[in-house]
Amino acid sequence: MKTRPIAAIALRQFYLMRSSPTRTLPMVAWVVIDIILWGFISRYLNSITSTGVDFTSSLLGAVLFWDFFTRVMTGVTMAFFEDVWSRNFINLFASPLLISEYLSGLVLTGTATSMVGLIAMVAIATPLFGLHYAALGLLLASAMVLRLGPASEWLVWPIPAFLSPFVGVFYPLSTLPPWMQAVGHLLPPAYVFEAMRAVIAGRPYPAAALWAGVALAALYVLLASWLFTHIYRYAVRSGLLARYSAESVS
Amino acid sequence: MSTLALNASRLCKRYGPLRAVDDVSFSVRHGEIVGLLGPNGAGKTTTINMVLGILQPSSGSVAIEGIDIARNRSRALAHTNFAAAYAQLPGNLTVLQNLRFFGLLYDVAGLRARIEQLLIEFDLQGLRDTRSGVLSSGEQTRLALAKAVLNRPRLLLLDEPSASLDPSAADLIRSHIRAMASEAGCGILWTSHNMYEVEQTCHRVLFVSHGRILLEGDPRALPQEHGVATLEELFIRLAREPLAPPRAAS
Repeated sequence: MKTRPIAAIALRQFYLMRSSPTRTLPMVAWVVIDIILWGFISRYLNSITSTGVDFTSSLLGAVLFWDFFTRVMTGVTMAFFEDVWSRNFINLFASPLLISEYLSGLVLTGTATSMVGLIAMVAIATPLFGLHYAALGLLLASAMVLRLGPASEWLVWPIPAFLSPFVGVFYPLSTLPPWMQAVGHLLPPAYVFEAMRAVIAGRPYPAAALWAGVALAALYVLLASWLFTHIYRYAVRSGLLARYSAESVS
Repeated sequence: MSTLALNASRLCKRYGPLRAVDDVSFSVRHGEIVGLLGPNGAGKTTTINMVLGILQPSSGSVAIEGIDIARNRSRALAHTNFAAAYAQLPGNLTVLQNLRFFGLLYDVAGLRARIEQLLIEFDLQGLRDTRSGVLSSGEQTRLALAKAVLNRPRLLLLDEPSASLDPSAADLIRSHIRAMASEAGCGILWTSHNMYEVEQTCHRVLFVSHGRILLEGDPRALPQEHGVATLEELFIRLAREPLAPPRAAS
């Protein structure tokens, strides 16, 4: 793999975002709404309960991470659809670009755009609701999210809403029935949310479990790449790719 | 270095019982401009798509600079580039952004200087910050050609590059293409329906009909050899009455 073709895929998205507020605004608008909404819900729950649980840390932290995961998914999907909408596939795939470089470029773009949302969320959540990264130990978890994020994107891309109950965004996996826990353990984001709760509760940082999540994420990246390559080869063999481009002039 | 920019050997593309391209073999030498002529649906674009690697032949092989595209697609395509009416550049990027994007995609060395050189060469300096989607068709063609020569290809594929140009602009483009062949030693495969242009530009032509090469030769000598006055007359005759009946798929 070469770095410059990967940079080309990312640069194209940067150009599009820089020139269009309609593309950049949603990157922060929805996460800001989520943080404000969940921030006030957390504050309200803290004021009416005396369980000793800090809802700001647990709920807001969970929202922050879940938004990051779903934003990565949206970022990659949007980058891919830009090529669909602009009928750019023939330009891309008649060049020396490798499939692995194309996918890396998409994931890089999705992660980078999600980081913008993550920074906006932290910038708002910290002063408004007292969500302190250092105090929560979330910086470490954040680093893990960066490792898991792209892989998790491939996982949640098709049906993120369907997966959300299984990954334990707002509750421990132990809350779930055994079969749902089993599914949850197959999902990399579940390890991040479990780790976040462990750190918030003052338990030791679950490094081994997180590495298991990383391994799962790597496996899913390989599977997703294999699937994409398989579909690409089918499109080249059957003429779908060539016909798709030709249809753009009709 | 291979003496042939392109060597297509016994190319076939079948879609069920239909043979879109049927046992086609041809080559393009360095510095040679070869015209691929034929009526609509003759198999020209299918052939070009197979050379570009976006359509897999049912059988046969394509070698660019001696590199088999089926075995080493990325390395083979690094030596080539193309411009086609059905592969417009992303309209939401400016002229400069498009050239940067494709320059990185083709891993062009000294990209900044190369882009500046091409902006001058194709008279695009005044349009560098204009979105390519709002350019006139002539300007878009100049941009597509600038993109097509960005990586100094050893093989250039041009699918009706001057179709939308006024005579003066078309003449300018033909001069550029002739210079690419004679000075840079680039092999060029060109499709066109403009027989005057073909006579002016191509060293050799291939007449394709029903997926087969019917005739091959010097465009200035072929009409006399076949008892007609002009290349256009020969084209019309071949398009209406193929020299041999097409073979049915077995």
